[in-house]
Amino acid sequence: MANTVIKAEAIHKFFGKKHILQDISLEISQGEIFGILGPSGCGKTTLIKLISGMLTANSGHVSVLGQSMPSKKVLRQIGYMAQSDALYLDLTAWENLQFFGKVYGISRKQLQQRINATMQTMNLLQDLDTPVKRYSGGMKRRLSLAGALLHEPSVIILDEPTVGIDPLLRQQIWQELYRLAHGGATIILTTHVMDEATKCNRLAMMRNGQLIAQGTFTELLHQTGTSSIEEAFIFYGGDPYARSGTDTTHSASVKA
Amino acid sequence: MPVLALIQRILRQLKHDRRTLALLFIAPLFLLTLVSFILNHGTDGTITLAAVNCPQPYIERLEDAGAQVLRMEEAQAADALYCGEIIASLEYTDYILRVKLDGSNSSRSAQTLAMLQTAWTPNIRSAANLQVDYLYGYDGLSMFDNFGSVLIGFFIFFFVFLIAGISFLQERTSGTLEKLLSMPIERWQIVIGYALGFGILATLQSFLIALFCIYGLKIMMVGNFFLVLLIVIMAAISALTLGILLSTVANNEFQMIQFIPIVIIPQIFFSGLFELPTVLEPIKYLMPLYYTADALTAVMIKGKGFVYIWRDLLFLAGCSLLFMLVNIRVLKKYRNI
Repeated sequence: MANTVIKAEAIHKFFGKKHILQDISLEISQGEIFGILGPSGCGKTTLIKLISGMLTANSGHVSVLGQSMPSKKVLRQIGYMAQSDALYLDLTAWENLQFFGKVYGISRKQLQQRINATMQTMNLLQDLDTPVKRYSGGMKRRLSLAGALLHEPSVIILDEPTVGIDPLLRQQIWQELYRLAHGGATIILTTHVMDEATKCNRLAMMRNGQLIAQGTFTELLHQTGTSSIEEAFIFYGGDPYARSGTDTTHSASVKA
Repeated sequence: MPVLALIQRILRQLKHDRRTLALLFIAPLFLLTLVSFILNHGTDGTITLAAVNCPQPYIERLEDAGAQVLRMEEAQAADALYCGEIIASLEYTDYILRVKLDGSNSSRSAQTLAMLQTAWTPNIRSAANLQVDYLYGYDGLSMFDNFGSVLIGFFIFFFVFLIAGISFLQERTSGTLEKLLSMPIERWQIVIGYALGFGILATLQSFLIALFCIYGLKIMMVGNFFLVLLIVIMAAISALTLGILLSTVANNEFQMIQFIPIVIIPQIFFSGLFELPTVLEPIKYLMPLYYTADALTAVMIKGKGFVYIWRDLLFLAGCSLLFMLVNIRVLKKYRNI
């Protein structure tokens, strides 16, 4: 395996008495696209916030690029895209990106170049001077993504990046992610769309704050003897009947 | 650098948001103009009286004092009083002056009574022989001169509090605060950026309001204009830091509005305009608006200099600093570092 960029060891996170993350460990190497798959509320967002250093674990250890998180130094290397479109609606797309770029300390000339390049990739160049409040949901999502990639981060953390984006553009975005990964960036993304998970190099399945499985797409299918990610998820899902195969209806569908 | 980016962004956002700009710059001028009409003209409306049976010299003295005195029959006078055409009817019988007074407007009835009493006093003690030297203010200082200086502080405090608070709240509810905290910006830089961004706006607003009140509405002003400006800017900064701080415990805009009756309105009662029971009096020392009002009155009406108001300014600066420090601490909830 190539050098490890993201490493989480035995993480536990509580919100009050609620045990949000239970004993999570994972390792992600440079150039990987790592998907975290799970239903909403399973702790995906909490996990990536821990990795990006916005939350601190109650126990366990997270390191990114060899630095123990949270670390201000690493913050600069991370491109984070939140689940909600974190954009200033009164401002134009250009003004939004310019603000993000300046906070990252990108020089004026380079910033202009980066804005053009990322907006080109996201197919939004013609809407650069449109106020974001006139953007559609999918356009906002793409602009948020442009904002996360602006400073050429080496670690890219995306929370549900392709929600509400049409299939053609989604394909373009995936091509861009592959290109970035090929160039050495490490990408971690969450999704609750099973089909999207198949595009990642490696996957982690999450349910009720626990990692129930980790591996490549084919590994997961092979291990469970299933033909789709959804079936594999059900297999691992902690449903005792499905796993032991005593429930005829479940095991039938799983084994099919 | 991040601080400058933040300031630029705040100003750009407001440039795109005309309505908020209007609220910040036009609404206070409009409200102060209205208040000036009410308080300036409340004292010079003509007092109309009915004399049923009065000594002629007394009627003349009332007319000299500016009242309009109508001669009426008793029934006619009662009718006019009932219809609101006159404010009082006077009847002199058996060496007693009986006054029937319309008491529905307390300030006008009090004014009428005062006039009736002054005119009734025998000549030797009349106002003509009374010489008054004013320590502060002058003869004819209107209610607006008195209230206005405090109201300037209040309006600036109110609008800046609301707009800065809601703006910061939206940063949180829209998810941009989370995005901001995922970037290499320090928590203190966010708070300072906000304080400076809105501070620039508040300075412009303060300048406009002070200029308008002093030269447009001709409010009484014997002190230094720049001292007035300094006071209102300090007040505005304490208001905006308080607004930003309180917005962190509000979940939405409506909850931000709920702070108005709890945090803003009570300050008016403690600002020195009203006499309060002695038990409650010390509470005013906790209220930024009290210090603002105290300093503004000192400069505008008493013509005092910096030496007199520096304690007020120090308190306002201290408040602002405290609010900012607490705010930087509170932001830890969203990012630990």
